[in-house]
Amino acid sequence: MSISVENLSKHYGSQRAVDDISFEVNSGEILGFLGPNGAGKTTTMKILTCYLAPTSGNAFIDGKSVLDHADEVKRKIGYLPEHNPLYLDMAIFDYLHFAAAMQGVAKGKISNAVKDMIKICGLESEKHKNIGELSKGYRQRVGLAQALIHDPEILILDEPTTGLDPNQQTEIRSLIKSIGKEKTVIFSTHILPEVEATCDRVMIINKGKIVLNGTTKEIKAKSVGNELLNVRIEDFDDKSRMFKELIALPTVLVVEPLNDGEGKYQIQSKPEASSKREIFNLCVNKGYVLTEMTPIEASLEDVFRKLTN
Amino acid sequence: MKKIWILATRELKTFFDSLIAYIMLALFLGLTGFFTWIMFSDIFSNGRASLEPFFNVAYWSLFFFIPALTMKMFAEENRTGTIELLLTKSVSDWQVVVGKFLSVLLLIGIALLLSLPYYISITYLGDGVDHGVILSGYLALILMRAAYSAIGIWTSSLTNNQIVAFLLSLIIGLFFHLLFGMLASQISGTVSNVLFNLSTFNHFSSMIRGVIDSRDIIYFVSLCLAALILTEQELSRRHQA
Repeated sequence: MSISVENLSKHYGSQRAVDDISFEVNSGEILGFLGPNGAGKTTTMKILTCYLAPTSGNAFIDGKSVLDHADEVKRKIGYLPEHNPLYLDMAIFDYLHFAAAMQGVAKGKISNAVKDMIKICGLESEKHKNIGELSKGYRQRVGLAQALIHDPEILILDEPTTGLDPNQQTEIRSLIKSIGKEKTVIFSTHILPEVEATCDRVMIINKGKIVLNGTTKEIKAKSVGNELLNVRIEDFDDKSRMFKELIALPTVLVVEPLNDGEGKYQIQSKPEASSKREIFNLCVNKGYVLTEMTPIEASLEDVFRKLTN
Repeated sequence: MKKIWILATRELKTFFDSLIAYIMLALFLGLTGFFTWIMFSDIFSNGRASLEPFFNVAYWSLFFFIPALTMKMFAEENRTGTIELLLTKSVSDWQVVVGKFLSVLLLIGIALLLSLPYYISITYLGDGVDHGVILSGYLALILMRAAYSAIGIWTSSLTNNQIVAFLLSLIIGLFFHLLFGMLASQISGTVSNVLFNLSTFNHFSSMIRGVIDSRDIIYFVSLCLAALILTEQELSRRHQA
């Protein structure tokens, strides 16, 4: 079940919330949707779920347009909106029954679907409570359960882990990951490690435009550029000689002494070269004491900051 | 149709879960019972077996209660954001509107059903009860309530504040219920005529006398439809910006 977005725009007055974006999500992929607040993530999701009509452009779920086949599209999607709105005065059990019936689950299958969801989402101990009595973590599980109740092929989750404690975040994340094995998932988040842990692909959107789209690996590779190493060489008195010896290595481009600690340097290698061996050999040959050599990976956070600032 | 029914029964259940349904039923039956059988009633003194007092009281008895039933329908969903979750299920806006409307109608239906013992008692007490008049009266009650419910649902869709929805629908209702008729009697000419025909009481009073005129039915049905269509328009306004 694939998603295809073509030249989608949504304007609120003069403001362009989503500005002519196009992308594809392949069947079975988990796509992390990143971007600062107000970048257009939620608007895009609302268009995909047929809640809002785009100003121009179109989106297709499995080849069906969100404009012309809303009913069919909605049935294929499980949606968890931002802030997880729920009927607080309803019991979990009743609410899931209602959600199932609304999504067209056959009458004879509703009971089983509800039972399965309660089990999968870990609501067993709370199932007879009213939603209003639940803690935030459990409400989020109810939100996920109602999105999954009709076994949709596509899941769209708008900040599913916001406001949860770290344990709950991990639980919801692993739930998404296990569900995501058979489904196409789009989810938005501000928590960057979450994306690295869960997603196959990342899309960063800023001011209504896609600024980056690729697998987490690709993105990191793209942003790293030259290899960066933190190196500490101890018990060495003549610092300027050390510096000269390091910069003289054939693969080294820049050597920058670091302030936090004696004999620490950040070394940038020339493009597509690695200096690890050279530094090690230098130390061995000259008898220097090498106590640290740490490669610095550009985190997704750096990429995010660079692209959205 | 199935989706509408699912929506309607969910709403109906929340009426009963929140006690509002019981309060309404008790108040409706209490008030109409009191005025039909005890106060201002000539049932026992003049020996006439008619439900006219009942209908005259019923004209007012639910007037304040319908806005209280409908005020939360969309206003609360707008406030909490559940409207988004509801409209992204596989239903159309129109089905949601009609489902909510139907739920109020069902509750009103229950109230009227529970008032049937009055009708049965009257039938046993006196001979020559005009069943046609009573049926026509019930029809008038249902149609009038339906129209006010639709108006209430519309005002509820305009805001995310229940109190605003309540007051708006009460004020609009008051115009149809009372003020158009009063204004019509103060002036003359075409305007007066139009106002007179817009007044609910004009149409209601002829129906409770047993006169079923297609114009009266068209009046109530078009009020309903107009309000429901406006509600649907209001919902679909989210698509434009």
